[in-house]
Amino acid sequence: MKYAFWPGCVSKGACPELYTSMVRTSAALGIELVELYDGNCTGAGVISEHSMETADALNARNFALAQRLGLPLINICSTCQGVQSMAQQRLKKNAKLAAEINQTLSDEGLYYDAQKGLEVKNFLWVLVEDFGLDRLKSMIKRPLHGISAGPFYGCYILRPESILGFDEFPERDTYLEQVIEAVGCKLITYEGQDKCCGFPILTINKKNSLTMAANHLSEAQKEGADFLVTPCPLCHLNLDAQQPDAAKYATVDGLQVPILHLPQLIGLALGIDPKELRVDRHVVSTNKVLSKLTATPVHA
Amino acid sequence: MEVKLKVLRYDPESGKEPEYRRYTVDMPESATVLDSLIEVREFHDGTLSLRCSCRSAICGSCAMRINGRARLACKTQVSSVAEDGEEIVVEPAGNMPTIKDLVVDMAPFWDKIRAVKPWLQPSGPPPEREYLAPPQAMIELAEVMNCIMCGACVSDCTVLEVDKSFLAPAALAKAWRFVHDPRDGNTAARLRELSEPSGIWDCTRCNFCVQVCPKDVKPMDQIMKLRAEATAIGITNNAGSRHTFAFTSTVKEGGRLNEFQMLPRTHGLLNIAANLAELPGGIRMIRAGKMPSPFTHKIPGAAHVKRIFKRFEHAKV
Repeated sequence: MKYAFWPGCVSKGACPELYTSMVRTSAALGIELVELYDGNCTGAGVISEHSMETADALNARNFALAQRLGLPLINICSTCQGVQSMAQQRLKKNAKLAAEINQTLSDEGLYYDAQKGLEVKNFLWVLVEDFGLDRLKSMIKRPLHGISAGPFYGCYILRPESILGFDEFPERDTYLEQVIEAVGCKLITYEGQDKCCGFPILTINKKNSLTMAANHLSEAQKEGADFLVTPCPLCHLNLDAQQPDAAKYATVDGLQVPILHLPQLIGLALGIDPKELRVDRHVVSTNKVLSKLTATPVHA
Repeated sequence: MEVKLKVLRYDPESGKEPEYRRYTVDMPESATVLDSLIEVREFHDGTLSLRCSCRSAICGSCAMRINGRARLACKTQVSSVAEDGEEIVVEPAGNMPTIKDLVVDMAPFWDKIRAVKPWLQPSGPPPEREYLAPPQAMIELAEVMNCIMCGACVSDCTVLEVDKSFLAPAALAKAWRFVHDPRDGNTAARLRELSEPSGIWDCTRCNFCVQVCPKDVKPMDQIMKLRAEATAIGITNNAGSRHTFAFTSTVKEGGRLNEFQMLPRTHGLLNIAANLAELPGGIRMIRAGKMPSPFTHKIPGAAHVKRIFKRFEHAKV
């Protein structure tokens, strides 16, 4: 299995542990990643607030880089997934726009065939649809029994369904639950698991942003989650890095919910050393989860 | 076909807590959730309250939460939400107080609609005959004009859940309808008001409103158009607009986002109090090894990215 790898800006910035764990976990799974070192920001739905055409052109450039490699694209960010899916749809519909963008891209020898399109999949979708959870289960060396985990999806990997391939893959809103159970965790579900983490308005309306995070984290803690797992580094930032500030809006005492990146969870189940997965690079300590881990036997 | 319903019943006047009641009704295969609820009310439990009128997804009366998501009960076939005779959970629409059972008080909804002044405010002397608008302008407003005011988007809005003052998707989409109408003469004032707190910049872009809207109004997309329009006419003295500028300019410079610069550029470099308040969070990030580099890292093709901006930043294709 081989993919053009779009790591996103955040795994190269505020969440370097996501990048490291993705590279390490993919190698263990036998997934080959050809990184798009020259790829640009997708715009994260922000540049499109300023200029939709620019955002579409930026995404077309990434798609063209992947098409040149002849590989499907893998991302590790719910926001990138949503933005890329939406851009693909617009480029396919608007032939005039695609042609004008291609004219600009041709200066660096790039061309995006919008009609042919490109398979763009978050690591979560790749795991379930391309890799297969049975195959994953057969590779598990450290089943995470006795640990309770809750999902946190991130908006853009769930909505709107019409552009996210739910017609073909209607269970995409249950994949995190399936993965959590596949690695041996006890599944915890709670109301806010598919809602907004609040990150997009963190710098605009901090109180609202932190209240959203606090509500979801409080619910998850009440339900008994030892940690949450997310395929979105932006959700990770609001739920993890902002958690000490969100605590003042929490509806539980002593808010303390570690947030793992999806590749970290898979890596742990594959028996990879937690240090290699940089599980210590979080604001909310993962020590409690790790102490439960070491109590779980590692099968050779 | 046997239809199993689990309906949230609540009568605030009774003093009792809300409780779920289960009903099983026999319905034809083509039945909607609304048909099933009416069957309950007419033949099983006359105390059930719900609102409905046209039964054709036109009047917008029967928005409620069906299996946790806002939908029009009349537009939702039982078979689409309950495969193999599963139980269907029916609750009142969210973010609005319950009057009784499935009937919610929509006064807050209408207050917000009124707040965006949903009527034309032409400027200059009136024309001799009617105000004319070119068809193209109306085509661009077709999405928002499809709104039937059912409140589904408001029900599932994640911002409204934490902040009752947010104008919310329906009213903001309605605002775009007038901002973009060529006959309206109050565009700048409208956009200035909409850029205030509780307005367009408070939307988190969670896409719930787009997902649940039964008429494909895409309220969030209209909010994004309002943001672009407000910024384009120079209403930029707010955190939301500064955030968009900061984000866009760092990508323009290096090809990728420079997260380090986002906070000071959004608060404004001279806003020392706000920037100092971010320090503890920054120290936490440094301690956890999560502090992004303050320096712009340019991707190899940064010059090409800049060219893309130059070509498309102010283009409409």
